[in-house]
Amino acid sequence: MKVLVAVKRVVDANVKVRVKADKTGVELANVKMAMNPFCEIAVEEAVRLKEKGIVTEIVVVTVGPTVAQEQLRTALALGADRAILVEAEDVTPLGVAKVLKAIADIEQPQLVILGKQAIDDDNNQTGQMFAALAGYPQGTFASLVKVEGGKATVTREIDGGHQTVELTLPAVVTTDLRLNEPRYASLPNIMKAKKKPLDIKKPADLGLNLASTLKTLKVEPPAERKAGIKVKTVEELVDKLKNEAKVI
Amino acid sequence: MSILVYAEHDNASIKGATLNTVTAAKAIGGEIHVLVAGQGAQAAADAAARIDGVSKVLLADDAAYGHQLAENVSLLVAELGKGYSHILAPATTNGKNFLPRVAALLDVNQISEITKVVSPDTFERPIYAGNAIATVQSSDSIKVLTVRPTGFDAAAATGGSAAVEGVAISKNAGTSGFVGEALAKSDRPELAGAKIVVSGGRGMQNGDNFKILYALADKLGAAVGASRAAVDAGFVPNDMQVGQTGKVVAPALYVAVGISGAIQHLAGMKDSKVIVAINKDAEAPIFSVADYGIVGDLFDVVPALTALV
Repeated sequence: MKVLVAVKRVVDANVKVRVKADKTGVELANVKMAMNPFCEIAVEEAVRLKEKGIVTEIVVVTVGPTVAQEQLRTALALGADRAILVEAEDVTPLGVAKVLKAIADIEQPQLVILGKQAIDDDNNQTGQMFAALAGYPQGTFASLVKVEGGKATVTREIDGGHQTVELTLPAVVTTDLRLNEPRYASLPNIMKAKKKPLDIKKPADLGLNLASTLKTLKVEPPAERKAGIKVKTVEELVDKLKNEAKVI
Repeated sequence: MSILVYAEHDNASIKGATLNTVTAAKAIGGEIHVLVAGQGAQAAADAAARIDGVSKVLLADDAAYGHQLAENVSLLVAELGKGYSHILAPATTNGKNFLPRVAALLDVNQISEITKVVSPDTFERPIYAGNAIATVQSSDSIKVLTVRPTGFDAAAATGGSAAVEGVAISKNAGTSGFVGEALAKSDRPELAGAKIVVSGGRGMQNGDNFKILYALADKLGAAVGASRAAVDAGFVPNDMQVGQTGKVVAPALYVAVGISGAIQHLAGMKDSKVIVAINKDAEAPIFSVADYGIVGDLFDVVPALTALV
């Protein structure tokens, strides 16, 4: 069975981002970039399914700039078999979903795994949108995935606890933090990844026009919260909460 | 303009996040219809009809919607939603699950987790874990939005008297099924809507130590949350996680106990009205957002606090 994994190049999770002075976005020049952490979990899940003998081929795909090849190479080093870059920038989740639909029509995967959200735009949309366009069922925010007999059984993290759903393949899974702990790529695997196939396409090659209906008018820093005071004793704290803040 | 608000409910009652979403709809302006999709959900629909500002309630009562399966619910909302200028759902795990499917079916973009309505086509939303606020304008014919509940006050749950209209649209994609769920049972308030939240971090050392937080919470009538570090360490279950990828809360009082204050965590609680930090490390970043801080051993401070409140 073939699995398609979608990944995204984002600002490294450890970087504290700054809003640009002209308010057009956040500062990305000379900032460390990396694979979105939820996408790493998606790659890891696919690799584990391959190690269990359930999956035979892992195709990793990204929609992004030319340099997003770095993240595809990372995925190949972690165990993906081949990669596809669709070169386009500033694509909305709906646009990415349309690209994935076009790729899925060609590749015919049984399972498509994505991160639940990217830590740059925090949209949490792409997997669900792709699933709708493809007519696939979805197991979002997954903390456990079992694939057996043409079905995927997915345990999902929901408000208040967990829910388990059964999906008829082909299906979409989006990963939550606790699905697995991604491995690190070994040096020999990083070397091997350089020789794995990486195909580059343009949206037009897939018959797509990804013009967006959304316009970002401005990006601003959030309202600053001022540091308050340190109190010495618990008595003082209780007094402040009762008489100054009046919250208890 | 007319606005369709998708109700979060448990078939018997309306969940609080629905009320905040109605307020967002009022800020957009126009007639507000609330859709209650569920199974045996008449009571929830009746409750929705009493929400202030709602002019009509649509009740889609069908076995296919009983467990809110996204595959089925999205087909219903996409069909009903065609007649509206805006479709809103609370940014709960349920709203996040099905609404992007609706947007894709309607071939429009979605704007996620809005925190402010600037105008009927322009909205503010946090990006980069709340480290930046984007103002986004949509030229789509139907605006599809999830609403971050902490960004809007709750609409009054009573005072309205909307008519409840049945919707006989049964959509079953037939591709997914509900197997089961495990929901935490607690007498404490729900994390997302609680007035006071007490949260523990890695400094709690283990899950058993959380009992001192439960004791404090019970005295305060508070919900109990946790940092991602505490959840990842297995101290407490994931549904207690407050942060960028967990729950976003904005209570009147947030007490952070043994939490260092990673960006990821701050994104989930920094809009709280009053923040108290208890940490033995005076340099912990949590103090930079706290109104009141106590530098000390949480195992001394928390029981002392419990005794005094």
